[in-house]
Amino acid sequence: MISDITLGQFYKADSVIHRMDARMKIILTVVFVVIIFLCKTPLSLALMFLLTAASMLLSRVPLKLFFKSLKPILPIILFTAAINIFYSDKGTLLWEWKRISVTTGGLFTAGFIVARLVCLILCSSILTYTTVPTQLTDAIERLLSPLKVFHIQVHTLAMMMTLALRFIPTLIEEIERIMNAQKARGADFESGSFLQRVRAMIPVLIPLFVSAFRRAYELSFAMSCRCYHGGDGRTRMKQMKLHLRDVLALALFALATAGVVVLNHFFEPVI
Amino acid sequence: MEHFIDFQSVSFCYDADEEQPGKNVLTDFSLQVKKGDFVAILGHNGCGKSTVAKLCNGIELPQQGRVLVEGMDTREETNILPIRKKVGMVFQNPDNQIVATIVEDDVAFGPENLGVPPEEIRRRVDDALKRVGMYDFRFFEPHKLSGGQKQRVAIAGVIAMQPECIILDEPTAMLDPQGRKDVMATVEMLNRDYGITILLITHYMDEAVRANRVLVMNEGAVILDGPPKQVFQQEDALKRAGLDVPQATRLAAMLRRDGFDLPRDVLCIEELLDALLPLCGPPVPSGTDEQPAVEREAPAETAPAGPVILETQHLTHIYAKGTSAEVKAVDDVSAAFSSGELVGVIGHTGSGKSTYIEHLNGLLRGTNGAVLLEGKDIWAEKKKIRAVRFKVGVCFQYPEYQLFEETVEKDIAFGPKNMGLADDEIARRVRRVLGYVGLDDSYLSQSPFDLSGGEKRRVAIAGIMAMEPQVLVLDEPCAGLDPRGRAMVLDLIRSYREQTGCTVLLVSHSMEDVAGICARILVMNRAKLAFFDTVQAVFSHAADLTQMGLDVPQLTRLFLLLRERGYDVRTDVFGPQAAHRELLRLLKGGAQCDQ
Repeated sequence: MISDITLGQFYKADSVIHRMDARMKIILTVVFVVIIFLCKTPLSLALMFLLTAASMLLSRVPLKLFFKSLKPILPIILFTAAINIFYSDKGTLLWEWKRISVTTGGLFTAGFIVARLVCLILCSSILTYTTVPTQLTDAIERLLSPLKVFHIQVHTLAMMMTLALRFIPTLIEEIERIMNAQKARGADFESGSFLQRVRAMIPVLIPLFVSAFRRAYELSFAMSCRCYHGGDGRTRMKQMKLHLRDVLALALFALATAGVVVLNHFFEPVI
Repeated sequence: MEHFIDFQSVSFCYDADEEQPGKNVLTDFSLQVKKGDFVAILGHNGCGKSTVAKLCNGIELPQQGRVLVEGMDTREETNILPIRKKVGMVFQNPDNQIVATIVEDDVAFGPENLGVPPEEIRRRVDDALKRVGMYDFRFFEPHKLSGGQKQRVAIAGVIAMQPECIILDEPTAMLDPQGRKDVMATVEMLNRDYGITILLITHYMDEAVRANRVLVMNEGAVILDGPPKQVFQQEDALKRAGLDVPQATRLAAMLRRDGFDLPRDVLCIEELLDALLPLCGPPVPSGTDEQPAVEREAPAETAPAGPVILETQHLTHIYAKGTSAEVKAVDDVSAAFSSGELVGVIGHTGSGKSTYIEHLNGLLRGTNGAVLLEGKDIWAEKKKIRAVRFKVGVCFQYPEYQLFEETVEKDIAFGPKNMGLADDEIARRVRRVLGYVGLDDSYLSQSPFDLSGGEKRRVAIAGIMAMEPQVLVLDEPCAGLDPRGRAMVLDLIRSYREQTGCTVLLVSHSMEDVAGICARILVMNRAKLAFFDTVQAVFSHAADLTQMGLDVPQLTRLFLLLRERGYDVRTDVFGPQAAHRELLRLLKGGAQCDQ
């Protein structure tokens, strides 16, 4: 049933990672991305992979969900791997055809880059699997709030994101309802040429837009009735507090960063 | 400062700043509301009652006169926030007033805007959710709640701001009977236990009778004002305003005209019963539990005679089969509909009735079982399923939301065009169905978006009728309409069937509507077929129906209560005329009156 759709890809569980402060999770994810690109030796990459694997296990999110999150990115991974295989000419030559050649060095680089990408995706999946979308937008709002100095309406942006999240399921339901109603009047969405199919969507899109505008109009009324007047003077029920676990996580990441730097220094970089 | 809300000769029109201002919605309008009052505002659509609500908290401002809330003028910019803090609002559509993706965050929205400290918000949110009975749902996402639950969350969101007054603008119009009951109970509780002033705008007479003051509006003016017992005696004035009186009141008035001494201020079935009992004398013991041996009144429609046109055999639909979320939405439903009959389909929300009707035109395909149209499986040729949709026309809830064309004519023609009909045939059909729904040719060139709510509804229904289906299925065609609109839609369904001889399935929450025009009723309960029988037979299972979250028509309940007390009355009475006859028979001592 359509009402079963869950926003984002949050996986409900009770784990240390779930309980972590969303702001810290976002910061650490960004830090992680940076370190991953600093990794120049297999050992430092292995260290980061270890960190990822440990977080995955700690998050209590089923492993198969992580594999699922990799699936849509697979074509990109394969494409990058292919480019790198053919690009490098280091190492011994394994196979050659006209100007295209495959070397051990190329294979190695490709493997390295694939490992990097996989680490990146897994890490960001941990963030989205363990954090409710509202907490994410909340955390982004708080992290970006210094931008107010530059007259950037951070609160407004965050409110727009929250409302979008709130109304995505409602509008999906609406699309389904309108499509059913038009199908009952003989609309055909499944056959015909591409152009015909696009045209067939008009009877769905127009009512959808009309309804979305009506909703927006009513919602703005409802919000002003509840004394909404922008971000000034607003308080929050849910305060975000840093706990010991957040500080420990930060320390752990600092250690990992140090590890990567040291390993990079003592071993021959491969990239 | 005696009055909490004070309208002082207010005039208002929309688009006053535009070159062509709209016509005055309110002219020289005055209204005073006392603190702690429970006021119901009645009136047909477009009578200005929603405008009154919007003027109360400064969403709209009067062009002339002024609106004061505890002495604060809504036209003063600085008063707006304090006024909105005192006067909360709940709207008709539960979806369009919930802001956050989690219930408790939404309730916190108001207090957060007011800058209340976090611990205090937490306390208020928990308290508000407990008061409306939604505390257990505090971590839910709003789109997973029912309409009634969402509406109670919206009320909690207002309570958390600790208002002194709540204005509810048709809060139950989009809800099922259970949702309506829950919301009304919550509203009454807030008024009774917490002394919150309530302004309830509604179409439902049975909701208005719970208030201690009823205002009836017509054409931007208050035409009746007083306690419900007084207001509902004015049957003629109410009729003129396009409203009903409660059925019990109407029945009492009919009997009074026959010379029986009944009080004028009867509002509900229980009061009518109390007034009737002394007149009836002691019950005559009949000795049996059988229906009395009076010749049965011929049912409004005779039992099905035509051949079976549409049939479901062991139809079963399972959502998410094989997963942990597996749900049986339709479970082994076998039913046959005869050509030309009018069948009512009832069932509580989630009983599977909507899923069931989506099978009838092949929008869904059953997991098991079959749907037969004129004896042929509709899925025999998968490619031809669209042809089935032209033969079984389904009109979904709130069909006006499917309108999309520039003109009414083009919109109604959408179905026939998809059938591949010739232009002149389409033009003929469009005009014919426009007649069926009671609109004239002047509507053809209008934009459907400029019509009133009731007219849009009728145009949308015409769009299905234009396909000339053999079976017309209407899902809650009266939902959200005012009494005048409801009566009109029911009427057009009845006359459409008479004129075309088409089979009609009417899905409804209203037992009165179904009893009024249908011959047979199909009752769904927990995905299964509970009953499929004549109206009389189905409503004889009053106890079972109540258990299913359904009801019998109000007047039928009166006769069931009389019978419980040992009176020898028939219980297959649904409409006011039949009830009047049967009561006359009872009051005059049975034998004298046997029409």
